[in-house]
Amino acid sequence: MLELIFFNVTNGLIVGAFYALMAIGLSLILNLSGVINFAHGGFLVIGGYLAYALTPYLGFWGALLVSPFLTALIGFVIERLLIRRLYGRDPLYSLLLTFGLAFIIEDGTRQIWGANGLPVSVPETLMTSLSSKFFFITGYRMFMVATVAVVVGLLFVLLRYTRIGIRIRAGTLDLETVAALGVNVRALRSLNFAVGIFLAGLAGVLAGGQLGLEPTMGDNLLMPSFIAIIVGGVGSLTGTLIGGLLIGVASGLTAVFFPSASEAVIYVLMAVVLLIRPRGLLGEEGMLT
Amino acid sequence: MTAEQRKHLSVLAAIWAALIFAPYWMPLFGGYTALGSRVLVLGLGAMAVNVLLGFTGVLSFGHAAWFGLGAYACGLTLKFLAASTPLGLLAGTLVGGIAGAILGILLVRRRGIYFAMVTIAFGQVFYYIAFQWQSVTGGDDGLRGFERQPLDFKLFQIDLLHNDLYFYYFVLICFAVAIGLMALILRSPFGHTMIAIRENERRARFLGIPVELHIWIAFTLSCFFMAFAGALYALLNNFADPRMLHYSLSGDFVIMAVMGGMRRFWGPLLGAIVFVVLQDYLSSVTVNWMSFIGILIVFIVLFFPRGILGLARRRSTA
Amino acid sequence: MTKDLFSRPVQRRTMLKAGLAIGAIQVASPFVISALADEPLRIGVDEPLTGTYAAVGKNEVLGCQLAVDELNAKNGILGRKIEMLSEDSTSGDAGTAVQKARKLIERDNVNFLVGNVNSALSQAMAQVSNEKGILHVVPGGHTDPITGTDCKWNVFRVCNTTRMEANAVSDLLFKTYGKRWHFITPDYAFGHTLFQGCEADLKKLGGTVTGNELTPLGTTDFSAYLIKARTANPDVLVVLVQGNDMVNCLKQISQFGIDKQIHVAGTQQELESVEAMPPEARVGVWMFEWYWKQAAGTPGLDQFIAEVRKRTGGKVPTARNWFGYVTVHSYALACEKAKTIDAKKVAAALGDMELPPEIKLQPNKVYFRAGDHQLMLSAFIGELLNQGDGDPENLFKVNSIVAGDSIAPSVEETGCKMQMPA
Repeated sequence: MLELIFFNVTNGLIVGAFYALMAIGLSLILNLSGVINFAHGGFLVIGGYLAYALTPYLGFWGALLVSPFLTALIGFVIERLLIRRLYGRDPLYSLLLTFGLAFIIEDGTRQIWGANGLPVSVPETLMTSLSSKFFFITGYRMFMVATVAVVVGLLFVLLRYTRIGIRIRAGTLDLETVAALGVNVRALRSLNFAVGIFLAGLAGVLAGGQLGLEPTMGDNLLMPSFIAIIVGGVGSLTGTLIGGLLIGVASGLTAVFFPSASEAVIYVLMAVVLLIRPRGLLGEEGMLT
Repeated sequence: MTAEQRKHLSVLAAIWAALIFAPYWMPLFGGYTALGSRVLVLGLGAMAVNVLLGFTGVLSFGHAAWFGLGAYACGLTLKFLAASTPLGLLAGTLVGGIAGAILGILLVRRRGIYFAMVTIAFGQVFYYIAFQWQSVTGGDDGLRGFERQPLDFKLFQIDLLHNDLYFYYFVLICFAVAIGLMALILRSPFGHTMIAIRENERRARFLGIPVELHIWIAFTLSCFFMAFAGALYALLNNFADPRMLHYSLSGDFVIMAVMGGMRRFWGPLLGAIVFVVLQDYLSSVTVNWMSFIGILIVFIVLFFPRGILGLARRRSTA
Repeated sequence: MTKDLFSRPVQRRTMLKAGLAIGAIQVASPFVISALADEPLRIGVDEPLTGTYAAVGKNEVLGCQLAVDELNAKNGILGRKIEMLSEDSTSGDAGTAVQKARKLIERDNVNFLVGNVNSALSQAMAQVSNEKGILHVVPGGHTDPITGTDCKWNVFRVCNTTRMEANAVSDLLFKTYGKRWHFITPDYAFGHTLFQGCEADLKKLGGTVTGNELTPLGTTDFSAYLIKARTANPDVLVVLVQGNDMVNCLKQISQFGIDKQIHVAGTQQELESVEAMPPEARVGVWMFEWYWKQAAGTPGLDQFIAEVRKRTGGKVPTARNWFGYVTVHSYALACEKAKTIDAKKVAAALGDMELPPEIKLQPNKVYFRAGDHQLMLSAFIGELLNQGDGDPENLFKVNSIVAGDSIAPSVEETGCKMQMPA
């Protein structure tokens, strides 16, 4: 039993790392621009399918590298054309806009690549398990966790030590002052959005290798991302990271004792956090009321 | 009677004439009576959400929970308790409304995104319950084995099951009663207080208005109306399934309200008409109807945030 | 029958314009009786074309369309052309499917209703078709009650039942692999019924269930459950999850190397899911409801494969194509047999009707059982091929084709008490 629990906690962390990747991208966009991006799952799908389309030309590694940037570019364009007009308005509107975008993206991918699931082949080197005892820690999953760790680490470095990063963080707290200080807020927002979408695209490529591709695959991953943010604390990226890992572990542990509730438990967790400590674990009071 | 009042009355008369004679003019445009019933039920749902969204300024993205609860309660009543349509409706409305009232107490301190997210959370919890509690709800297969019962007036019976026309008028009467109540509430001092809260919550608080209490009341009322719509939906389909509790349906209601004009009373109904008819028509014509609906949503949000009726108002005051 | 001359200002994809023109002329013509006989017959297809079930739904519709075109190329049904109206039931709540069913029946006056893939939507639609007295065939909804406790005089089903699926492989697995079985079951009505069927079969044979992992629908990560399964050390790991869940589960099974230690098997498998798997995930013993690669000389098979290839840009037919195909052809045959399109008489003709070779496309006797209106289709049992056998398109090796009525529960066991109308 103890071993089972240990395995599931480890596994939960691996799954949670993936949730965290999605959630951090979502959180970035939410914090700076106040936009609830319901299309985040859609960008994940775009990332995955673009990688699939590029693999015959660039190989697995090439596609992995290029696809998130392409997805970020698409995100950048959409922010410029559409989302930019909604800043300053009720968050309802950005929510609805991205809701509509999600429809378009799902239908578009189904139109281009078909409704059927597509298999994604992963390089041989990543296909072995760590050991026969820890069979569930495959090379690919370790690679996924490593990628997430590296990318998130880079992101934190970017936010802490580069000028742009500092501006983004400052903007999260007080955008007016940042603008008054002469920073080009519009460009900042666009860039921030693109970074968030980059993360979604990357998540899509990773998910494709793990799960295969399918036009509706973004839906399952969108809700846990929102929950990770709420649990971890709105406004805090570290909190979101922890939130993602936490819900991964919670889900894994529940699978041991009450498998049927392993999905519902994350909603219950969120409801409990919201009612008892609404700002989340590491959030700041009044961030989004 | 002033010219303004006369105009208002004639608009009202036109709306009701259109609704009453719908089964006769709809087929000319490729419509059918069951479509009209569906529009009314979903329109009522959209108007219920709008009590909260348009008039109190609170966004709930999980309102389908009360809709689905109403549907299941009505179906379960008809299946296990008594073969009576009015009883089913009553049970559905009460169960959904009371659940909303209880959960509302927990929710009212939060606002904005928090509120929206908690409502989604609760909706999904109900979704999972409906899914897992198979013995009662039928699980993923849905709740079936019940149907709308004829209305028994001792002297004569009205067959609602086989006669679509009678059912449409039944729904219309229910709809009329519900929105009559809604209009009364919104025009009362309470309604004006809600609008005050929407416009500036802080100021309302300074005026001594117990904001949380008002929001709770508004929330509860909207849940009751929503559950009523849900019970009607169960009667419409003779079926209830877990997807009636899913947040994507909640999203649809919000879209209808915004599309039609969330600051106007009749806005959500207009939005429901456009959304339902468009979806029905487009999905017959093309597999890519989702893209069209998505583009329409984007268009409305960007250029017509006040909805269709908002556009009409701007024209008339210009 | 009301005619809506003004009701269709735009084209539907599958509408034969000739039918409308003829209809318009009929109303003006004084020779009403003979004119009516030339009116097209309408088939209403209410299947999911968007959402989770889009892939299988579209394949069923393709099969229907193929059958309609074949029939129209010859004599239609009873000399009348067939018009197929296709609606998107979506993969969401039953309301839309019911709505479209009503639209097809009330506004478009279809004579025959086809649908659905999803069990809930099929049942909701069956209530509508029964209410209106229209003949209804369910091509792809598997839940037992459709031809069991909720059977109706006007409803027939082509794909097999959950119970048939469980019975199909049990014997083989027990004899070949062993008596300790561990299950991964999707946590909803279909999954539970499937598990109960397998468990009952296993108990009868004298085996044991080492565990049953109930996985929520939409689970993408099966590691936790596979960890438990591995620990239990069974002879056979029975994977009952379907669709995307099954694809992910099998991928993880092969990634973790579990198939090297435990025999993997399942009940129903679909080509749509197999096509979505990478080669290394194609493991285990499975059952298909119909498979395209059969012994040479099966009548009608080559033409069917060729026709489907033409319409899908080169892909081989799946069981779903076959379901749609059989659905429409069965209706045509039953109408011809009854010499009328009156629903009650056609329903009576369809019960006990045997499918001719060029429709059944398989060796055993395939027929509709009168007692519950279930098609006795064969089970194609075999193994998934991850290396292929020289033919890159062949992903499954069929070992045996078992007759449907040998794996189906008896009519009493299904709980169906069919009441045919007078």
